[in-house]
Amino acid sequence: MIIHSIFFYFFSIIAIFSSLMVITSRNTINSVFFLILDFISVGCLFIMVGAEFLGMIILIVYVGAVAVLFLFVVMMLNVAEQKNSWFTGKETKHIHSGLIVGNLVLLELLVVVGGWKYKDDLMSSSTLILSNTSNTHQLGLVMYTDYVLYFQIAGIILLLSMIGAILLTFREREGVKRQSYIKQISRNPASAVELKDVESNKGVKIDD
Amino acid sequence: MLEYLQILGQEIYRILFLLIPILVSVAMVVWLDRRVWGLVQKRRGPNVVGPFGLFQTLADALKYIFKEIIIPASANKVVFILAPIITMTLALIAWAVIPMSEELVLSDINVGILYLFAVSSLGVYGIIMGGWASNSKYPFLGAIRSAAQMVSYEVSIGIIIINVLLCVGSLNLKDIVLAQKDLWYVIPLFPMFVIFFISALAETNRPPFDLPEAEAELVAGYQTEYSGMMYAMFWLGEYANILLMCAMGSILFLGGWLPIVDIYPINLVPSPIWMMLKILFLFFLFALIKAIVPRYRYDQLMRLGWKIFLPFSLIYLVLTASFLFYFDKLPKGNF
Repeated sequence: MIIHSIFFYFFSIIAIFSSLMVITSRNTINSVFFLILDFISVGCLFIMVGAEFLGMIILIVYVGAVAVLFLFVVMMLNVAEQKNSWFTGKETKHIHSGLIVGNLVLLELLVVVGGWKYKDDLMSSSTLILSNTSNTHQLGLVMYTDYVLYFQIAGIILLLSMIGAILLTFREREGVKRQSYIKQISRNPASAVELKDVESNKGVKIDD
Repeated sequence: MLEYLQILGQEIYRILFLLIPILVSVAMVVWLDRRVWGLVQKRRGPNVVGPFGLFQTLADALKYIFKEIIIPASANKVVFILAPIITMTLALIAWAVIPMSEELVLSDINVGILYLFAVSSLGVYGIIMGGWASNSKYPFLGAIRSAAQMVSYEVSIGIIIINVLLCVGSLNLKDIVLAQKDLWYVIPLFPMFVIFFISALAETNRPPFDLPEAEAELVAGYQTEYSGMMYAMFWLGEYANILLMCAMGSILFLGGWLPIVDIYPINLVPSPIWMMLKILFLFFLFALIKAIVPRYRYDQLMRLGWKIFLPFSLIYLVLTASFLFYFDKLPKGNF
């Protein structure tokens, strides 16, 4: 198992290092790149404990889609603006709210870690049937039977948030020219082109 | 300790045995692409270097190696150099799970198809990093276009993969191929095959969806500032990715290494040959389409991805699931 522990320490050191770099690096883009590195190493750790499905899903969803959109947004921001951060000594307005949120998350983590001892009293023991099936099968067996309602509710919440985001950013503007594909395709030369004899010094009136 | 080193040595040998044929075939396939492109346009294409011009790509590669690498003064140097390396690496590591025959596969993992999907969805990073690090307008516009394009088409590829998985009942690539022993999925899932093929074109930035590098608007898109070997790495990575998509298509729909019909003289042909023939067939279609289809407009591309492919593949997914359920053909796993 030496190889196993070497790989474990390798990935976990990268994960911790990159998560520290996410919050300390001055350049926002570098932060996002380190976040991606963090996601990847956490995905590798998942694969190492045998949860290959979760590891791959982390790679696909977080690294392949979410982080791309992160990068997308951050690249649009003015990077130079972000340089007056915590470490340059200049005051910014966000630190107070950030501290509150950070402390709350820390508190929650402590509660979770502390409550882990009483897990057996609070929850019924796992319904997973440990056999030699792949963990994709096991996940499917649990998720679509015992927890199907939670699964559906999670899906509906995601759908609602998507509709909400679209609704928030949608605004109807005047004078937007839209293209109708049906119209574009169904045009033919007979109706689209008209030949006219132009008399000199008269010009032609084009109706537009 | 010695034992570990021995295992490591064996693994490295196996990896080299996989990588070198891939790099050589990428070189050959670039030649094939240019040749088909030329023949469609009634030109000869590359035909001077070596027999039939086969060594053209090698000559090009040699030229790129000896060219100077120019890094723009205002570029972010680390990310700029990292981008082509990431593109190339991601294009190559995905081949680890592609089975060329029932035994000939580097690593036979349970979630093979998810691994392929994950690696191909990471491919966007090389492009986005290259475009941003160049610190110049055209590469950045190209990178943003490509990010939006690849994320959109991944969605429909994902749903197409779910379609196939419903029929197979396993994420393992070998199981997917073996499940097609009687009937290749290209027949029952033909519309999905067509959509997969078009999405693969968009995913690899091939014409008619090569908007990230549309030369009329964006010079060369994200590759504008790259030169020498770094450009060549982008280029090799791109073609390795195209071959990968062809391999994925042949595994999901064309029965992988299985022969066309399992009768006496035909099934004597070794399975890797069948796999290669199928990959080459799909690549030939890629090359033909490059030559005969004009480039899409950006809004048309987005509309095709989100408003046509996504709903259609979702509806087909529901149809497949109901068909399998109604006729009691759902795969029975071993649990």
